[in-house]
Amino acid sequence: MPWAPFNGSLEGARIDRLLLYNLIAFAIVFALAQVWIIVVMLRRKPRGNGLPAALRWAMIAVFGVLYIWTGIAAQRLWANSQFAGPAPEAMQVEVTGAQFQWYFRYPGTDATFGAVRSQLVDAASGNPLGLDPADPASKDDVVSSLLVLPAGREVDLRLRSLDVIHGLFIPGMRLKENAVPGMILHVHFTPQTPGTYSILCSQVCGLGHARMQARLLVVPEKQFTEWLGVREHLRQAGLAGGVSRP
Amino acid sequence: MPATFTPKNVEIERKHTGIGGKPPVDRRPTGGGGDGDNWDNRPSGRRGPRELLSRYRLGVLFALAGDLMFFVALVSAFFVRQSAGHFDARENYVSDWHPIAVPPILWVNTAILLLSSLTMEIARRQLFREIDVMEEWLGLGRPAVKRAAPWMVVTVVLGVLFVIGQWIAWGQLTQQGFHFNSPDPSSHFFYLITGTHGLHLVLGIVALAAALGALFTLKRVELRQIVVDCTAWYWHTMGIFWIFLFVLLAYFQ
Amino acid sequence: MRKLFTTDHRSLGVLYLLLSLAAVATGTLLSLLMRVHRIWPDTPLPLLGLMKPEDYLALVTMHGTLMVFFVLTVAPQNGFASLVLPGQIGARHMAFPRLNAISFWLMALAFTILISAFALPSGAPLSGWASYPPLSAIASAGPGQGTGMDLWLLSIGIFCVAAWLGAVNLLATILGERGAGMTWSRLPLTVWAWLTTSILTLLVFSVLLAAAVLLFSDRHFGSSFFVPLNDVVNGHVVGRGDGSPLLWLHLFWFFGHPEVYIAILPGMGLATSLFANFTRRRVAGYKVMAAMLVAIGGLGLLVWGHHMFVSGMNPYAGTAFALTTMAIAVPSTVEVIGWLSTLWGGGLRLTTPMLFALGFLSFFIAGGLTGPILAQPALDTYLHNTFFVVAHFHLIMAMAGVFSVFAGIYYWFPLMTGRMMNDLLGKLHFWISLIAAYGTFLPMHISGLAGEPRHYERLAGPVVSFSEILPNERGITWSAILLGAAQLLFLWNLFASAKRGERATENPWQATTLEWAPEIPRRRIERGPYEYENGGTESMFRPQWESASKQE
Ligand code: HEA
Ligand code: HEA
Ligand code: CUA
Ligand SMILES: [Cu+2]
Repeated sequence: MPWAPFNGSLEGARIDRLLLYNLIAFAIVFALAQVWIIVVMLRRKPRGNGLPAALRWAMIAVFGVLYIWTGIAAQRLWANSQFAGPAPEAMQVEVTGAQFQWYFRYPGTDATFGAVRSQLVDAASGNPLGLDPADPASKDDVVSSLLVLPAGREVDLRLRSLDVIHGLFIPGMRLKENAVPGMILHVHFTPQTPGTYSILCSQVCGLGHARMQARLLVVPEKQFTEWLGVREHLRQAGLAGGVSRP
Repeated sequence: MPATFTPKNVEIERKHTGIGGKPPVDRRPTGGGGDGDNWDNRPSGRRGPRELLSRYRLGVLFALAGDLMFFVALVSAFFVRQSAGHFDARENYVSDWHPIAVPPILWVNTAILLLSSLTMEIARRQLFREIDVMEEWLGLGRPAVKRAAPWMVVTVVLGVLFVIGQWIAWGQLTQQGFHFNSPDPSSHFFYLITGTHGLHLVLGIVALAAALGALFTLKRVELRQIVVDCTAWYWHTMGIFWIFLFVLLAYFQ
Repeated sequence: MRKLFTTDHRSLGVLYLLLSLAAVATGTLLSLLMRVHRIWPDTPLPLLGLMKPEDYLALVTMHGTLMVFFVLTVAPQNGFASLVLPGQIGARHMAFPRLNAISFWLMALAFTILISAFALPSGAPLSGWASYPPLSAIASAGPGQGTGMDLWLLSIGIFCVAAWLGAVNLLATILGERGAGMTWSRLPLTVWAWLTTSILTLLVFSVLLAAAVLLFSDRHFGSSFFVPLNDVVNGHVVGRGDGSPLLWLHLFWFFGHPEVYIAILPGMGLATSLFANFTRRRVAGYKVMAAMLVAIGGLGLLVWGHHMFVSGMNPYAGTAFALTTMAIAVPSTVEVIGWLSTLWGGGLRLTTPMLFALGFLSFFIAGGLTGPILAQPALDTYLHNTFFVVAHFHLIMAMAGVFSVFAGIYYWFPLMTGRMMNDLLGKLHFWISLIAAYGTFLPMHISGLAGEPRHYERLAGPVVSFSEILPNERGITWSAILLGAAQLLFLWNLFASAKRGERATENPWQATTLEWAPEIPRRRIERGPYEYENGGTESMFRPQWESASKQE
């Protein structure tokens, strides 16, 4: 795709290809139709009595086929990404939207997300998600405002929101899903090309909507383990109660 | 220049709706070419004595169809909300939907409402009895009005009783601790559904009272028929809506 | 005064149109402010000073609400229908003239209430025209979400009732008031469109009203229909029960999608009539065209989920909605091909109304073709809530819709005033608007493909800067300013022609439909609506008010 931002995910390539085909097909139809209108405006002499009905139905059939093709092609991609769950070994990350900030939580060595309680939410004192200190599973959870992911490994995002509906939008991964309060939604994808990608909010959520952005860092597996290790260490040392800047 | 260029204020009700002033009875107007029954053949505004009535009926019908969608939306929200729940800290699925038992007085209210529909129907029919209509039309007296009015009064009384009954039911629920804003979704729905329906009934009672007044003041037989007929259809529909809503509240919590 | 409190359907039609003119003027002003703010977010504006982010969002919200409800519902559905529908079916007036007046005054009241939100110290609501909760349910979720949002809800509630009464009136008129001989197959296609939109209005505005009642109850009576458990806003726990924000989305879009067809169907009917008139041809496949209008309306009730592909709705439901949406593209395609085929070799008479009808067609295709792209959930995951969608709906709704309104006004102006609008000014207005509209809304596709989300008050955020599309956005803004300025031509033309325009002759467009009849026909109608005959140089037409036996 020439205009869209660089695609760094496994699934994105197929979406781009389909989008490109679609744009080309519909751009051609668009051009034809506009030319048609210009031609009928220029030809001032009436002739004939419009198109014969058979030709009209033939054109309609062509479009029918076009719609069916795009419909099926898109359904295949949709089914791939949505009907099947992530692979069991996919990496778990929780994404939480709050006015106007994204938080990313890694479950830590125990591979379990600790309990959160709304009553404990307090961004000022470093617990923006309301992690429950009473829950042992939350002891090793790492909360970050930067999303770091290893390249080439499938990720299963667990989407939440604290307050209003936000939209997690990672253009470079061709990924978008709303974060709805009261619901936990899952999306999965495989980041491939290492690099920095932007994370945006795609659902109007209040006055800071345009500011609600974060960064996704796709790094080689080794570097990722290192990063996470350091963060876990800091967390256990009690240096970072909640979020810590990278 | 086309006549349409000069907008004039039209009169709202036409003076003569009937072809040559036929009485507003069910008998089809005859005469003319013989195919006079076919609306195709009758110019606008000259469709016999029942034209105005059928126009208003049509209007009421459509308005009620829209109203039906209003309640359908509420009821679908009810079902969606009922099946909502969440996972608690231990990943147990919990639902905050606690069905509330409807106060028994609702049964009485329902009976009252059904009865009021019955009395309303009796009142309505009085206005369409051919002999009476003919008599009124000829200006020989107002037997239809005389016979319908008591039944309408009864309907109003029953309607008021129903609303009072609903009020009592609310009071009972409040005593049990279900307020509108108690955290229970089922009680929100209970109040919302009975409340919006009650509002419709209050409007209906106002309309009934107005129709009752109109019965005595309106000069034309057709118009008297119309006010009673339309309020009656409205009233019956509210009765039917209530049955559905009541079944919903009583058995589908 | 008597003119104002009239129950005459034609005067009311003009009043409706004036109301939507007021709304469109406000809405356009807001959109230009938005455009300017987007490219110079840090430049103080004259009179308004520096705009805050919430001000931008309030502008978007009010712009969308005004345009969708008070422009593209009021003008085509109520304005034009009041103006010509009784005429077209050979009736003297609407079934319930007083109800028509009530519906107008309710709409005017709703408009006033909505506009007054700007006067509040806390400002107008900012949650977009779709007002997703919990943002719209909790006053502390943002400035303008307190009283401003209440006014929005109140205004929409009143509007629902008004639209509902209007639809009851239209339906009763179409079903009960047709003149003798006005059979279904002799109805002009505009009437078919109004029949469909009125049914849609009854069905969906009541649902919106119910949703508004639920939301209002959440805001003020402590219920929790839309607010989930333990929702935390501003550090306070506000959610008390298991409400579901998705419920609102379903209710809203169940209304919202049919609503956009309510906005466009009358324009489609009008365009068909104009194409027949100005090619002097019968409509190609009248029955099919009428059936497709109804089919679009019917299918329109089944596709609302295409606005919710990434909202957390069940993915299988996404598939189902994608299929119904693809299905709805088919009747629209049939319509477009019907139009194109009527035009083919038609020797068009390029009058101003015809030009605007052609503009409508051009925009309908331009915006319609991106519809099936958005309808593919896999692609919509990238395109949803980007400017690609904004481009889609401005082309098909804003521009196609507004151009059909223009076509109607230029066409029916003689009926309103007895005068013609200035042709030269009209053509100038058309060409500038056409070019500026494409200049404004085609480039938005590029912004959208670059990933630019909607409701972004500035292009440069803390992490992402869309600076590479800044030139593109600048072009859009300048073009939008040109587009807005071109409307001054229209306004001038409108008011000057009403006063001093050339007097219209009887049936100036040589139309066949009944609203142009010199008087309300007393005779039985015996002709179809579009009986044009293309005979040699002098084309013949057989108006519906002439009897079939009379030979030319
Ligand atoms: C009918 C609908 C309509 C119309 C006409 C317009 C017209 C315009 N819109 Fe609007 N727009 C919406 C409906 C419409 N819009 C909606 C629904 C949204 C979404 C809101 C939301 O997200 O909540 C939106 C959002 C929206 C955005 C997105 C903001 C964002 O998300 O950040 C932008 C940005 O550029 C924009 C710009 C414009 C511009 C420049 C015009 C210009 O074209 C304006 C020029 C105006 C005209 C050409 C019309 C003149 C018409 C007449 C004079 C008619 C006369 C009529 C009578 C006499 C009855 N609009
Ligand atoms: C009048 C208004 C109108 C109309 C008619 C349409 C028509 C269509 N719309 Fe649109 N739509 C909106 C107004 C409208 N829309 C608005 C306002 C939104 C945004 C709401 C918001 O979020 O604020 C929206 C959003 C929207 C979305 C959601 C996007 C998103 O938020 O992610 C989708 C997705 O499926 C969609 C699809 C369609 C489809 C398939 C059609 C189809 O009906 C289109 C059918 C038309 C065609 C297919 C063209 C046919 C022409 C030809 C085939 C040419 C023939 C050529 C030759 C013979 C050479 N629309
Ligand atoms: Cu969060 Cu927009
Ligand atoms: Cu839609």
